This record gives sequence, structure tokens and C-alpha cells, in this order.
Amino acid sequence: MLRYIINRLALVIPTLIGITICSFGFVRLIPGDPILALSGERGVSAERYAALVTKYGFDRPIWEQYFRYIGQVIQGDFGDSLATHRPVIEEFFKLFPATVELAVFALIFAIVLGIPAGIFAAVKRGSWLDQGLMGTALVGYSMPIFWWGLLLIIFFSGYLGWTPVSGRIGLQYFFKPVTGFMLIDSLIAGKPDGFVSALRHLILPTIVLGTIPLAVIARQTRSAMLEVMGEDYVRTAKAKGLSGQRVIGLHALRNALIPVVTTIGLQIGVLMGGAILTETIFSWPGIGRWLVDSIYKRDYAVVQNGLLIVAVIVMLVNLIVDLLYAFINPRIRVQKS
Amino acid sequence: MTTIPSASPQAQRPVSALREFWHYFSQNRGAVIGLVVLGFMVAIAILAPVLAPHSPELQYRDALLKPPAWEAGGSWTYVLGTDAVGRDMLSRLMYGARFSLVIGVVVVTLALVGGITLGLIAGYFRGWVDIVIMRIMDIILAFPSLLLALVLVAVLGPGLVNAMLAIALVLQPHFARLVRAAVMSEANRDYVTSSRLAGAGHLRLMLVTILPNCLAPLIVQATLSFSAAILEAAALGFLGLGAQPPTPEWGTMLATAREFITRAPWVVTFPGLAILVTVLAINLIGDGLRDALDPKLKRS
Amino acid sequence: MKLMKSLLAATAIIALAAGAAQAKQLIYCSEASPKHFDPAMATGGNDFDASSRTIYNRLVEFKHGETAIEPGLADSWEISEDGLEYTFHLHPGTKFHTTDYFTPTRDLNADDVVFSFERQFKQDNPFNAYLADSQYEYYEAMAMPSYIKEVVKVDDLTVKIVLNTPNSPMLANLGMDFASIVSKEYADQLAASGNTADFAAKPIGTGPFQYVDYQLDSVIRYSAFPDYFKGKVALDDLIFAITPDTTARTQRLLAGECDIMSYPNPTDIASLKENPDLVVMDQAGLNIGYMSYNTTVAPTDDVEVRKALSMAINKPALVEALFGAGNAEPAKNLIPPTMWSYNTATPEQEYNPEKAKEILAAKGVTEIELWASDRARSYNPSFARSAEIIQQDWAAVGVKATINTVEWTQYRIDGAKSDRPGAFQIGWGGDNGDPDNFFAVLFGAAAIGTQNYSIWNNAEFEELIKQGVLETDPAKRAEIYTKAQEVMTREEPAFLMAHSTIYMPMSKKVIGYTMDPLAMHRFDNVDVAE
Repeated sequence: MLRYIINRLALVIPTLIGITICSFGFVRLIPGDPILALSGERGVSAERYAALVTKYGFDRPIWEQYFRYIGQVIQGDFGDSLATHRPVIEEFFKLFPATVELAVFALIFAIVLGIPAGIFAAVKRGSWLDQGLMGTALVGYSMPIFWWGLLLIIFFSGYLGWTPVSGRIGLQYFFKPVTGFMLIDSLIAGKPDGFVSALRHLILPTIVLGTIPLAVIARQTRSAMLEVMGEDYVRTAKAKGLSGQRVIGLHALRNALIPVVTTIGLQIGVLMGGAILTETIFSWPGIGRWLVDSIYKRDYAVVQNGLLIVAVIVMLVNLIVDLLYAFINPRIRVQKS
Repeated sequence: MTTIPSASPQAQRPVSALREFWHYFSQNRGAVIGLVVLGFMVAIAILAPVLAPHSPELQYRDALLKPPAWEAGGSWTYVLGTDAVGRDMLSRLMYGARFSLVIGVVVVTLALVGGITLGLIAGYFRGWVDIVIMRIMDIILAFPSLLLALVLVAVLGPGLVNAMLAIALVLQPHFARLVRAAVMSEANRDYVTSSRLAGAGHLRLMLVTILPNCLAPLIVQATLSFSAAILEAAALGFLGLGAQPPTPEWGTMLATAREFITRAPWVVTFPGLAILVTVLAINLIGDGLRDALDPKLKRS
Repeated sequence: MKLMKSLLAATAIIALAAGAAQAKQLIYCSEASPKHFDPAMATGGNDFDASSRTIYNRLVEFKHGETAIEPGLADSWEISEDGLEYTFHLHPGTKFHTTDYFTPTRDLNADDVVFSFERQFKQDNPFNAYLADSQYEYYEAMAMPSYIKEVVKVDDLTVKIVLNTPNSPMLANLGMDFASIVSKEYADQLAASGNTADFAAKPIGTGPFQYVDYQLDSVIRYSAFPDYFKGKVALDDLIFAITPDTTARTQRLLAGECDIMSYPNPTDIASLKENPDLVVMDQAGLNIGYMSYNTTVAPTDDVEVRKALSMAINKPALVEALFGAGNAEPAKNLIPPTMWSYNTATPEQEYNPEKAKEILAAKGVTEIELWASDRARSYNPSFARSAEIIQQDWAAVGVKATINTVEWTQYRIDGAKSDRPGAFQIGWGGDNGDPDNFFAVLFGAAAIGTQNYSIWNNAEFEELIKQGVLETDPAKRAEIYTKAQEVMTREEPAFLMAHSTIYMPMSKKVIGYTMDPLAMHRFDNVDVAE
């Protein structure tokens, strides 16, 4: 177990270095002059240009530039956005809670609906319920979510008028962000109607972002359940006359959930990718939209370091999931090699 | 690494293996439906110039945003209506099938070739080669795939070719991991050892002896990647960084249609539906392939 | 599931309870994020709406709904006989905003005015280049560096602007956004604390509204300035809900999420007008949508090629496909028909694909770059759509156009580069109602590198626009500008597309909004019904 954890942690370091090389190399690969790209300037004088070269250290050897970059990143200096002139890290933390709030809801939505759906399908294997659920799951899995979002807007916001069109909260509500999470901040500010407004704004984006994870989790739960239900000990338990419900609840489910946890962990990356599309469709002020806008605006300082921060976060989440997995999976827990 | 429970090497009688595969595959109703739909799509794509009633790029300036034939104001000249500059939706969708299928094929081919090469090398030679290759794969997988594809396209410049390259790069680590794991589990088996003793070279061992025995999971992964590639290319198109107008790529069509979702819902509905149906068909086939090829699941 | 249901039920109850009377609030669905809040460096209408027209004032102001000037921060002014000295008398007791980041210790005085101008042309001014990409595009495009000699403080409440040569549109120019008056005291304070960048991020002005909060790319909040020198405005809170997507903007208005919106999709106008809860105001825009050919880069450096390319485009069909019937008129002159000096004698653009094909084939033109941006503008609701239409028309005459789509801010930077190839779609909404504001700003040699996207430098045209500014007799000026239009028709530096009607849909509860011919969105005279 300990060995596994140490091995797993040791894998983090080369990956981390690789990620920083990627983000470091990024501005040097984009077409055009990286100095002008990083400074956002145009038509600069020769002196100004020389000053910028020195400022960004482009006159140094490449490895020195890289260590300089690492040094800055370690000190938490991620540069300033070219568009707003604010520190990238400051903007990131302003927008990150919005993405987390949405992603958490989407994940809860996917788990709460996906696991029971998978269990039902597995238990009623081959029935119309199974086929219907799995058919729906496959449709969800195949869904172009940017189109799905538009359809939901047309129907629920346009036709029925039930849900808001975009944004995180009704514009009439305004309170200073404390945690950055609209649901919590509205309660801190003592505005329960603001809380409800925020909740209503979450409905459609949650569904859109949660659709693919929901489908994946449902499918994975079903196949894990089927596999476990075919194992000897479950058959033995059944043969011993334990009731079907009890077998499923006690034995099968617990073991089936192990691979499902990994699947859920893997959805973090999927959610981050999906957030790009979901946030764009619903004008959700989060990291995904910020990065896409920065790509459009060629705000390379934001793209470079935003990418770095997102990759590190996804990597850390995957690490935590792996460790968690090791913890709950007896096969790894007792593994010696 | 987890060890993949390996299939026993049974490549002696290809005819019966194929027959057995088809037996299992054809039992899966969904997979057969998927195959039929995909066949239909391929036929449309190939025959687009014959089938399409109009040129996909010709703008009928007197027929802007015409609704589909069955709606009030529609006409059978433009069965699925026209878009904002008067192009026939049906014809564009038909030509769009070409783009989506080509995107799928090209991306999967690139990812397969790249992934197999890297996976074989890593799994066969082990040591530092393995470590370097697999760490690079880890790094690629550390980025959310759409985000990485987006950034790559931002670096390379928007366009269909660059989008395909970016998506292939993002998808290939899955193949590399799969092949490496399979190679590692196969490498010490008797039949490989005996080939080696018989004097087979590295290349022959890798390609002729080991690779055919890990084809099954590769085929399944390739199918899944095929649909993923179509979805991601459409997503890039939707974000304005994939195929550029007036290319009738479905995602790109959706991007320009967003403006009209209330006034002309058909320009939004049909391209999305086309993507969904194609991707769904391929995923159905993928499920069928997995069930038919994976002996472990076959059992349960 | 159960939880969701009870929460939804709770929503309904609380939503009813929340209907109680609140402060007067107007939510404006705007079309784009401001680049920042420094009006002197801003260039887009969306930047001006968010900064100069809400937070700041100028020495003179445009009357609501007109292009005529009225007193602003200056109660009165005199112009010397030779037209070289403008003396302004400032309104005494004008307060700057008090916010949680700045508390003014003094009222507006001449130092603020001098500083507001000097920072735009004095290199040694600490605020001349306080942002990495500082550039005073308007000041330069309006050729101010060559006209303004100095800005002098006479006494605390008197300022004198001294010119090198007379300039007829000068007073109107001073009503423009770049001439907004900022606080020197605030600037000094920021310079002392080293936070100069805050000058553009946390603005302080004298205007009707003061800055409260800006959530990047989504919401800007303002509150009414209680000590506004013209008296507190009717609204209490003003909110800009930034919604770049036109459809989303329209849906937000329909859903009641905002009270008023800018730039609806022309194709939606008919259905918006039918909506009983909405009012759709309209006005012939003082604008022009056009497409600049780079006159210095092959193949568009050849006037015959430019003319042939224009000739290949079916202009009326393009305008109708782009705007819908009746929402715009095809343009033949740079200035709109409502503006004085409009040349009615200019012939309509010839549409002759056969002839165009012949010329282009003879010149060996087979490829061209065609530029488009992602933003809807009043003078062009979709650059992408017009690009596709023009692309098709050009394909018909054997020229393959490659469409370059670039984000709006970057778009204008790329477009202004002198080596930019091909045809660049752009447009203009007048700033001050003077023809000089179209001719000189868009096609004058001084605007090369900023707004002159044709990189056009024509000696005859230059001479005319120079005379136009020096001349003070309106009849003679009209004659000069008519000639300038003839030169443009002959030289075809750009394909002139359309003059559009501007629409402003709003909820019925919005009172007193006036459409502005200069395409500004001003809310200081707006009220909302309870």
C-alpha cells in the first residue's frame, strides 16, 4: 500500500515537469513574435522592444529561460493578463469557483441518477428497462453537448420560459463574493431569494455538463454490477438463500462501486472539457469560457498559465482519485509488489 | 500498472474466428442497427454529389431561411429548408457527412499509427524508452482533451486539417497505453519466446507475432475514438476553430446557426441531429464489437 | 429528486415575496465587454458606453438625440477671432466620485482638464504609457497632435486650448469620448502608490454614474452619483449585462432578464415589434458598413482590381440578406444620406460580374483574403455572413476568397497593419456628426495604423480634407466634401456596403430613452416605471 502511494507520487513529478515544459513551450510555438505576443504590444520602438526582450528574458539561453519561468511559477507569479492587466492568478481564482460550483452539481447529478440507473439495468438485465436505460445512456454518451444545450435553451427557456437563459444569478442580486460560490455567498449575504435564483440558473448548465458523465457512470455501474454478480461469492450468497435485495445491496454493490469510483474520477477531465462548451453556451463566467475567450483574444499570458493551472488541478484530482482507489480496493491495498 | 487479463492467443483459424465474431455481433440488435445506419451515412457521403439536390455552397438569395418542406412557407425545392444565406440544408448535411466521416477515419488512422508505434516500442523495449514515452502520454492525458485540442489549434491556426491533427494527438495516448499493456502481457508467453528463439527480429516479433494478438481491444478503442473524433471536431467547429465557413461541416454549421435558434430552429436542429445519429451509430457498433470481441464480457 | 422539487416550490414562494419595491434599477444587455475604463484609450462603442458616457463628462456634451453641442463641464466658452484659442469656463463645485477606493479632497479644476489632454500627447506624462499597450488611437486618428499646440491653465476654473491651425470641427471633437475629463488627483494618488494600472480598472469621474463592480466579461455595476453636478439622475442602479451573443441578448430581453438591449439581430425585429411587452425604437444610423481594400498590397493596390472586385458583388442582394428587407440601405457614399454634404450625384455601384471576371482574369487575380470578426455591429450584424456572401460572389468571377475570422479586439489590431493583405470588413458610426469625422478619421493619411484600414494615402483627397477642416463657411465645406466623395468613388479604396437603421428594443417600463445618432447608449436621462 505505502509502496503504491510512493510510486504513484513519484509519477507526479515528471508529469508536472512535462506540463510546465508544455506551457513554457506554448508561447514559443505560436506563430509570430513571442515577445509581442506576451506583451500585447504592437508597433513598438526598437528600444522598447529591446527592453521587452530583457524583461521577458528572451536574450538568455533557453534552459535559463525555463528555470526562470519555473521560478516565477513556484513563487505564484503567473504574469498579467494582456487584456485586463490584472494578474492571471487573481482572475483565475475569481472565476474558478463558478466552474467548481457547476462541475460539482453536474457530478452530483450524474452520480445520483447514474448509479441507480446502472444498478436497475444490471438487476433487470435484458428487460425492457435495461434496454431503455442503456439505450438512453448511449444516446447521452453520444450527445454533442453544445447542441444539447441549445435545444434545452430553446425548449425550457424559450418555449416554456421556466429557466433563465444565461449567467449565474439574477442580475438584480449583488453581493460581494466571499467564497465565490454563488449558492453559499447568497446565504452569507442573507438573500435566500438570491440563493433560489442561483439554483435556477444552475439547472440547465448542470444537465448539459452532467449528461456525458451520467451516461458513462450508468454504463460503468451496470457492467461492474454484472461482473460482480457473476462472481463466485455472490452466487454462493444467492445459493445460501440470501434475498436478492440483500445480495445486491451488501455484496455486489460494494464491490461493483470500486471501478465506478475510478470512472467518476476520470470524469473530472471530461467535466473540465465539457465546461468549455457549457460555459460558452450559457455565458457562465468560469474558467472554460475564460480560456476560450483568451484564445480568441490571443491573450497568450492567460492561455499559457491558465492551461498550466488547469492541467495541474486535473492532475492532482486524478492523483487523489488514484490514492482513494488504492485505499478502497483490497487488491491494491494488500499488494506487495 | 494494472495487468490486463489476457485473451488466449487463438489466431489459428481466422475463418471460424471471423464467423464466431459475426455470430456474436449479429446477435446484438443495437450493433446491427448501428451498422445499418453507418452504412447509410457512408452511402450518402459517397453519393453526395449524386443525391444532393443542390450545391452545398450555392446561395439562393431569394430563399433565405426557408423552413423545411412540411412547415408553413416551406417548399419541396428545399426539403430541410435553407440557411441564413440561402443554402440548401439537406445538401449541406449530405456533404457534411463526408467531412465527419473523413475526420473520423483520418484521426483514427493517425492516432492508431502513432499510438501503436509508441505503445509497441514502450512495451517491447521497456526501460527508459518506456518511461519517457509513457510519461509523455501521461502529460497529454493530464490536459482535458478538448482544452488541449483547442490550444493546439490556437497554436497551429484554425482549420480542419489542424483540428484533425490536434484531435489525433489527444486521442493517441489511449492506443499507446493499450498496446503497451498488451505487449507486456504477451511478450513473455510461450509463442513469443519460441518465435524469438526461432530467430525472429524485433520488428517481426512486434508487428507479426505480438500485435495481431491485441487487435481486439484496439478495434474497440478505434471505434470509440472514431466517434470521439467526430464529436471533438464538431465541438472545435462550434467554437469557431475547426473547419472554416463555408465548409458544410456539421459543427461549423451549428456555430453560424446559433444566431437563429428562435427564428429558424431547423438550422440548429438538423446539423446537431446529424452529429448525434452518426456518433450514436458508431457507438452502437463499438458496443457490439466490444461484446463480440471481449471474451470476458461474452461470458457474463 | 424530492429535494429538487421542494426547492422549486420554495422558489415560487420566495419569488413572489421578492416582488416588493426596490431601488430604481435598469439592466442593459450590452454587446461586448469593455476593454477597460479609460475613455482616452478606448475605441469601441461598447468601451465608450461603459466608461465615457456613464462615468465621465467632457467640457462640452452632445445634446441627447442630436449632434449639436451643449455645455458640459464648461458652462461657457469663447473662441478667439483667428480660431486658434478656445477658452473654457468650468462649472464651479463639480465633484468627483467618492468610492471605496478613492475619496476626492477637491472639486474639478483646470489641472484635471490639462492633465486629461496632456497625458495623451506628452511622452513624459506618467500616465502617457501607464499600460503596456497604451495607445491614444482617437487622439491620433482625429489628428489632434497636429492641431493642439498646448492646453493651458489660466486659473482654477479657466482653461485655454491653443491650436496650431484653425479647425472647424474642434468644438464637436471636444464632445467626443477621448476628450473625457479624468481626475488628476486620483492619478497622482495611484502614481504615488504604484498602482497606475488601476486607473483603467477602477475609474473615477464626474459623470452621472459611478463604478461599483465589474465581473469580468459578465456584469458591470454602476450606482447613481448622488452629487452629480447636473443633479442626481432618476435611476439608482445601472447594470450592464454583457451578452456578446445576439440571440442570447434577445432572449434575455424577452425573458425579462434585462430591460433594454443594444443591436438586435435585424431578422428578429419584426417579431420583437409584435411583442406587446416591448417597444422597439429606431433611427436611421449615422453609420457606414464597408470593406477596406489594402491599397498598398497586391493585388488590391491596383484600382482596377479594386473596382472589379466591388463590381462583382451584388450589393442590394448582399444588404438584404444581411439586414433583412428595409433595415438598411445600400451605400454609395462614405457618409450617410442624412449628413450634410452627401453627394447625391454619385452613381450607384455597377453590378457586372462578366466585366469583373474579365478584368480580374486579365489582372491574374485568383485569390484574396477576406477578413471577418465574431462580433455583431450596428453597421454589420454578421461579418461572417457578409463574408460568405461576398465569397460566393467572388467565386462566381473566379476569385477564391479565404475568410480570416479574428476576435474583435485583435481584429482591429491585425487590420490596421500596413501589410495586411486583402479586403477587411469594418464600419463606422459617426462620433460628432461632422463629415470630417468620416473622411479624415477613416481614410486620412494620419489614420494609417489606426482606422485607415485601406492604408490609403491619396494626395488629392488629403488636400481636400485639409481644406475642409480649415474652411469655416459651411457651404464651401460641403463643396469640398462632395469633391472628396468623388475622389473616393474614382479610387475605390473600399467597397461601401450599407447604412443601417439602428433599433433599440426595450421593455415598456423604460421611460425617456432617446436614440442617439452617434450610436451612444446614454442612460442619464432614463427612468423606469414602478
